[in-house]
Amino acid sequence: MIALPNPQLNRHGELTHLLSIEGLSREMLLRILDTAAPFTEVAEREVKKVPLLRGKSVFNLFFENSTRTRTTFEIAAKRLSADVINLNINTSSANKGESLLDTTDNLAAMQADMFVVRHASSGAPHLIAQHLAATGQDHIHVINAGDGRHAHPTQGLLDMYTIRHYKRDFTQLTVAIVGDVLHSRVARSQIHALTTLGVPEVRVIAPKTLLPGGIERMGVRVFNSMHDGLRGVDVVMMLRLQNERMQGALLPSAQEYFKSYGLTQDKLALAKPDAIVMHPGPMNRGVEIESAVADGNQAVILPQVTFGIAVRMAVMAMLAGA
Amino acid sequence: MPTQLPDAGQLCSELAAQMRLRVDVASTALVGIHTGGVWVAERLHALLGLQTAPGTIDVSFYRDDYGQRGLHANTRTSHIPFEIEGAHIIIVDDVLYTGRTIRAAMNELFDYGRPAKIELAVLVDRGGRELPIAADFCAHSMSLPASQMLELERVADGALTFRLTEK
Repeated sequence: MIALPNPQLNRHGELTHLLSIEGLSREMLLRILDTAAPFTEVAEREVKKVPLLRGKSVFNLFFENSTRTRTTFEIAAKRLSADVINLNINTSSANKGESLLDTTDNLAAMQADMFVVRHASSGAPHLIAQHLAATGQDHIHVINAGDGRHAHPTQGLLDMYTIRHYKRDFTQLTVAIVGDVLHSRVARSQIHALTTLGVPEVRVIAPKTLLPGGIERMGVRVFNSMHDGLRGVDVVMMLRLQNERMQGALLPSAQEYFKSYGLTQDKLALAKPDAIVMHPGPMNRGVEIESAVADGNQAVILPQVTFGIAVRMAVMAMLAGA
Repeated sequence: MPTQLPDAGQLCSELAAQMRLRVDVASTALVGIHTGGVWVAERLHALLGLQTAPGTIDVSFYRDDYGQRGLHANTRTSHIPFEIEGAHIIIVDDVLYTGRTIRAAMNELFDYGRPAKIELAVLVDRGGRELPIAADFCAHSMSLPASQMLELERVADGALTFRLTEK
């Protein structure tokens, strides 16, 4: 069998695009997490900037709305001294009929050095990376900031950074991912990252209607009840329930969902006493998580945001230096 | 004939003796550059009896060869436990060579504040400067060809020793 070259690595084995967690080795994931650690300290300085990406242009290409993710990528790039250009393309050329690759070609002609891409279609960042390679523009790096239901690798990485910060050793943990796994690119990236990093038990907890078929093949244990699934876990990773799912008859109502799958203090008491609670944001209080838990002392939701900037700085610095 | 390398522990004592004449123990702070400079700064801090705990910096984010060589794989977290604004700082490194690391270190320090004064202390000056930078305190000077790398190592019992390798 001929191994296909990994599109995320250059011929020296260095990370040149970040498209998905899938396909990255444990060593590479640990290297990214290790690299992120010194970047957390930059935020504590009087001048919160380092000169690594001075003179580089980072284009945030958001074909799908997101304030939070775009903002954290923007802060990360600015703290690396890059010039950042934000394009919200659902309100721009795509409406005039310009194709994805025409858009990126135009931006490449403006001397782009990095594309941070969010797109509603799975595989869009891959397509851009392939196109850059095919057209001899592989000095431009691509970061997937969330594509369809496929992947959200920087979210997965910042979640791993957070877990490592609080729990140190991945190989002793039981981790539960709770909620709308079916539609969640975050869940896919989390599962790949957790299993690659050697977490011995990864659980998903969701109603059958919100689980993709064959999810067990990703190496997870499936639970349909919080009562069984949360027992003895070290980490609870909540997913956002997208309101639009309510209309698709996948769920009866927000109240019903909260009753069965909302994380309350009572349900959290089933986990280990020192379990941490994570959420990728934005949270729907009273739908997937109770306010008392979201604001409680086991929640590490705001540290996730802070770590996310350092992790994105590390990824950008590694790619731009490859 | 192999190059005769100086004894690193001995050089630390000599460097401390030089510095003792001119350094105010109450108002001076050391900043060691990872990794060798951090070990030397620890030694000097103890030998001189300085009151301020030494800082450590890893200059990887400020190196001028990032564009060619990328980000260093084992970048450490910089840690400055004192106020840089108005401080009298002595940057400490094991070996002074091109001067580029020292430039990067100074750039990094200024992102924490405006020091009153920065000086430089090194165990060995091996020549080969590419920037207008000189040490204020230096225990040993020697000339080495560009093909060789001089590095400080710390062995199991904590002793410091120099190692010369071909690039």
